[in-house]
Amino acid sequence: MTVLVYTENREGKFKKATFELLSYAEELAKNINAEVVALSIGDVSPDELNKLGNYGAKKVVTVKNDKLALLDNKLYTAAIAEVVKKENAKIVILADNLSGRALAPRLSAKLKAGLVSGVVAVPNSYDPFVIKKKVFTGKAFANVKINSDIKVLTLSQNSFGIKEASGNAPQIEAYNVELAGESNAKLVSVDMITGKLLLTDAEIVVSGGRGMKGPENWTMIEELAELLGAATACSRPVSDEGWRPHGEHVGQTGKIIAPTLYIACGISGAIQHVGGISSSKVIVAINKDPDAPIFEVADYGVVGDFQKILPQFTQLIKDVKNS
Amino acid sequence: MKILVCISDVPDTTTKIKFAGNKELDKAGIQWIINPWDELSLTRAIELKEAHPDKIENITVINVGTTASEPTIRKALAMGADNAIRVDSEPKEAYFVAAQLAEVIKSKQFDIVFTGLDSADYNGSTVGGMLAELLDMTSVSAVSGINIEDGKVIVSREIDGGTQKLDVQTPFIAVVQKGIAIDPRIPAMRGIMMARTKPLEVVAPANIDNLTEIVEYEMPQPKGKCRKFTEENVNELVDVLHKEAKLI
Ligand SMILES: Cc1cc2nc3c(=O)[nH]c(=O)nc-3n(C[C@H](O)[C@H](O)[C@H](O)COP(=O)(O)OP(=O)(O)OC[C@H]3O[C@@H](n4cnc5c(N)ncnc54)[C@H](O)[C@@H]3O)c2cc1C
Ligand SMILES: Nc1ncnc2c1ncn2[C@@H]1O[C@H](COP(=O)(O)O)[C@@H](O)[C@H]1O
Repeated sequence: MTVLVYTENREGKFKKATFELLSYAEELAKNINAEVVALSIGDVSPDELNKLGNYGAKKVVTVKNDKLALLDNKLYTAAIAEVVKKENAKIVILADNLSGRALAPRLSAKLKAGLVSGVVAVPNSYDPFVIKKKVFTGKAFANVKINSDIKVLTLSQNSFGIKEASGNAPQIEAYNVELAGESNAKLVSVDMITGKLLLTDAEIVVSGGRGMKGPENWTMIEELAELLGAATACSRPVSDEGWRPHGEHVGQTGKIIAPTLYIACGISGAIQHVGGISSSKVIVAINKDPDAPIFEVADYGVVGDFQKILPQFTQLIKDVKNS
Repeated sequence: MKILVCISDVPDTTTKIKFAGNKELDKAGIQWIINPWDELSLTRAIELKEAHPDKIENITVINVGTTASEPTIRKALAMGADNAIRVDSEPKEAYFVAAQLAEVIKSKQFDIVFTGLDSADYNGSTVGGMLAELLDMTSVSAVSGINIEDGKVIVSREIDGGTQKLDVQTPFIAVVQKGIAIDPRIPAMRGIMMARTKPLEVVAPANIDNLTEIVEYEMPQPKGKCRKFTEENVNELVDVLHKEAKLI
């Protein structure tokens, strides 16, 4: 039996989330005596592909096809489905990110394979197959049973962690897929964010809310973020006001992130905000109101004025880093 | 062009979620709303129709739900949808919902179908993609903008690390996220009056097997108490983050 993992690359490089996906698949496969096969679409160097072996992939299937130059959900799904059949995969795992969310449901419908998205742990049981996922924007969990023979899962980021496996180089196999039809979409233009740490990739995120008073105070947030190698984020009203770009807005209607450390300054902790950050490993809140709801989800808090706290906090961290 | 907006009926985003015996959502006291993404999709559809009355002839909203979701459907009509369809069934799970929607769409042609990125209940992020595959249609995900330019439909979508603009041939499914519209359209008095008389067609559900089922709900472990510091002892926090939590 095989567990197939869709490993996405960004400009030929795999991200940490991919290694987490493989670590998770390896743990799951061990429990059912299966092998992990990774699928990589596009141009990736052999060295980079070999890395997948360090996290459990026994084999890597590579697919190259001109029709897959643009992410067309239908064509990508057709390609993945081909590999599922070829490898006789019973469990297919994708990341719960932009492309995983675009492809997993299509794959599920194509294969008549039950999908559970945003899973947070290995299955509770395999027969019946029951697995836990987040529901109601992180306010609860559901244990979901999949009835079909093939199962599709998307893994919530940072819910399992990265575990290195015995580092044998995986067998690499190029596979030709025949894709019928053409994409109905033509690329008009692309706008890539360059030279900046992406919010969804960041291990540490420093975030500011309306309590920061105005955009001029973001130098404090940026300074702290730079020191920590962190990305910056904000609450919705802050991006609505135009204090910060829309791409920084986190929460239920913005980006959903799961960094190791989330630092919230002047953010009240409204339920819609918390929905986007509640999976962070550790939350630190800075807020002058001791009863702010953010303290209910925070691990550590400083009660007080950010104007007094942030400069000190940054200086003290500088001292730690220099010592 | 005809536009279809799929709307799910979800608990208001501030709802405190409780379960009745871990098996079912306790619906007492819940305010139901149009899923925020769907409200924005519908807003954008209305804006497009206002800007291109010659191109867009009709906006339909559809919901798979029981009579309990009718107030939400009426709100969508009050916002400005022309007519509504309700598939009369409990929306059991994503595949079931997508298959019901697919049945209806097969019998009526639409050029653009909007679904939301995820719904605030079971957070599947699944209905749109499944629907597209069932209909063998193009789907564009994480759509943050849609425009009609020189008779072409131009769609912006977020991809890993940036955004792309695409020229997409209709028919297609747009799975919508932030940016599609700024603020949701608020129904005006006239709209509310008119909504009462707009057509709401109720169709019987097709026979569909579930691929998944929820066995049980769980509440998250309560977080340990927050350790609080003051302006005077920020140094202690830094110490803890460095030495205990090893985060910095
Ligand atoms: C459908 C819907 C979806 C939404 N989606 C999102 C979402 O995705 N993301 C999101 O963030 N919000 C979202 N919201 C909005 C949300 O409800 C809150 O309004 C918002 O999160 C509040 O932002 P805030 O915490 O920055 O501001 P406020 O609520 O105004 O809080 C400011 C905080 O700063 C503190 N403060 C003030 N001065 C200082 C100081 N000098 N030093 C330290 N602290 C100070 C205050 O005590 C207060 O707690 C949504 C709302 C709705 C209805
Ligand atoms: N019961 C339903 N009726 C109509 N559309 C739905 C229903 N459930 C979900 N959808 C659509 O699918 C989107 C994503 O929902 P989900 O896949 O459940 O997260 C929603 O924003 C709606 O557009």
